[in-house]
Amino acid sequence: MSETQSTYNYKVVRQFAVMTVIWGIVGMLVGVIIAAQMVWPELNMGWLHFGRLRPLHTNAVIFAFGGCALFATSYYVVQRTCHTRIFSDGLAAFTFWGWQLVIVLAAITLPLGITQGKEYAELEWPIDILITVVWVAYAIVFFGTIAKRKVTHIYVANWFYGGYILAVALLHVVNSAAIPVSLTKSYSAYAGVQDAMVQWWYGHNAVGFFLTAGFLGMMYYFVPKQAGRPVYSYRLSVVHFWALIFTYMWAGPHHLHYTALPDWTQSVGMLFSLILLAPSWGGMINGVMTLSGAWHKLRDDPILKFLITSLSFYGMSTFEGPMMAIKTVNALSHYTDWTIGHVHSGALGWVAMISIGSIYYLLPRLFAKPEMFSVKLITVHFWVATIGVVLYIASMWIAGVMQGLMWRAVNADGTLTYSFVESVKASYPFWAIRFLGGCLFLSGMLIMAYNMVKTIAGGRAVDDALVLQPAANHA
Amino acid sequence: MMETLYLLIPISVVLVFLIGIAFWWSLRNGQFDDLEGPAYRILMDDDSPPPKAVAGEVPPAPTVRPFQDHC
Repeated sequence: MSETQSTYNYKVVRQFAVMTVIWGIVGMLVGVIIAAQMVWPELNMGWLHFGRLRPLHTNAVIFAFGGCALFATSYYVVQRTCHTRIFSDGLAAFTFWGWQLVIVLAAITLPLGITQGKEYAELEWPIDILITVVWVAYAIVFFGTIAKRKVTHIYVANWFYGGYILAVALLHVVNSAAIPVSLTKSYSAYAGVQDAMVQWWYGHNAVGFFLTAGFLGMMYYFVPKQAGRPVYSYRLSVVHFWALIFTYMWAGPHHLHYTALPDWTQSVGMLFSLILLAPSWGGMINGVMTLSGAWHKLRDDPILKFLITSLSFYGMSTFEGPMMAIKTVNALSHYTDWTIGHVHSGALGWVAMISIGSIYYLLPRLFAKPEMFSVKLITVHFWVATIGVVLYIASMWIAGVMQGLMWRAVNADGTLTYSFVESVKASYPFWAIRFLGGCLFLSGMLIMAYNMVKTIAGGRAVDDALVLQPAANHA
Repeated sequence: MMETLYLLIPISVVLVFLIGIAFWWSLRNGQFDDLEGPAYRILMDDDSPPPKAVAGEVPPAPTVRPFQDHC
């Protein structure tokens, strides 16, 4: 090491990591509010009624909480595994401030009712353009860092992150194509069932690439690091990546079973959804088996508890998803709360828990502390969150299957047995349990925020982490 | 309906080709020549936080210790 040692850019990682926790609290609080509105309808008021807040909730948890977690971890992982400082500090800072601006604009426009009305793509065209600019900067920073790597091999986590960045760019641009009529209003470039197909091609792949591939990148770095063991099979992780990206793009039509979409398109969507089970479970088993021979570590390491539990939920929801994509099962589950339960098993159990575990891993390293302020509080957070998720998804399963059965029940004379409002009434107790589960998950995030603030207060911002010589160069 | 498939199916097919090219490049580039080492190499990259400070005021130690040289 003759030349001057360069350092890693931890600043941008730190900013995104802290905002992950803050946006997590905001997004989940809005979730808890709309869950309360289902139980107590009188809480629906003006700008803050369910229809306005629900897209705010989904955007905040997916793009603000999940997005910040992905930015933070991808910038950390790509620097450490490539043994080089991030490609451009300026552009990286731009992605941070640009992304925060997108989030703030979403928080203002959605309650005002300014929306394109496309699920997970509600934001109007000026914000869509801003997202595109920030995303291109993100891609330049990420792939620029890969290009100046000091090792020949590109670690598998970076393949997942890279795949997610490119796929999200494509999905966003195609689905958000719209013709503006004013600053706050535009019409989709597609019409009718075509619009629906493009929307769910986007919607499903947003789940596949934003909420799955990106977080798998997180999994392939933070699970081995926290466990102190290499991933169970590196070979399988490579197969996992290529299998997942070759098949994911084709599964979208399962969101449109029994609609005006041609039957064969629905069947193709169903078939590819079933095929997806294989790579998903391959990856899940690969992650969990990383602990093989070291299961005792689960007993007293709450961060590992978060990471491994998230993989169990990943396995559960990637089994449930293909099942729900089967047309006959979908005939019962579609439009019911079962779908909401499935989404949250993935979102809270998989996405949130892997992010929380990874952020707990990062915080002490970013603030020069040997560990979090209180490891005990991480354990408390883990149990509160787990009980919260279980209450949430179990109540939604029961409510969903019940609704599906009530809606399809017919009397001997062919009339419907139940009116719709009867199914609403029967759902109340389960909505109350769901609200409770949400409250628990949110309190877990508040515990995390307290732990984070105390950790930061006792630490210092690390800006002198030296870029290490890659191990291979010494061998 | 068919019009949207004229858009989505070509996009997906082009994408499959692009992914195929990426796969071919990574194969030729030797990305998969060693499917054991990379898993261990991330563990050798020491990013551990500084050792636990002893009770009392000890200034924080440097966050990263240089990688052990063994050539």
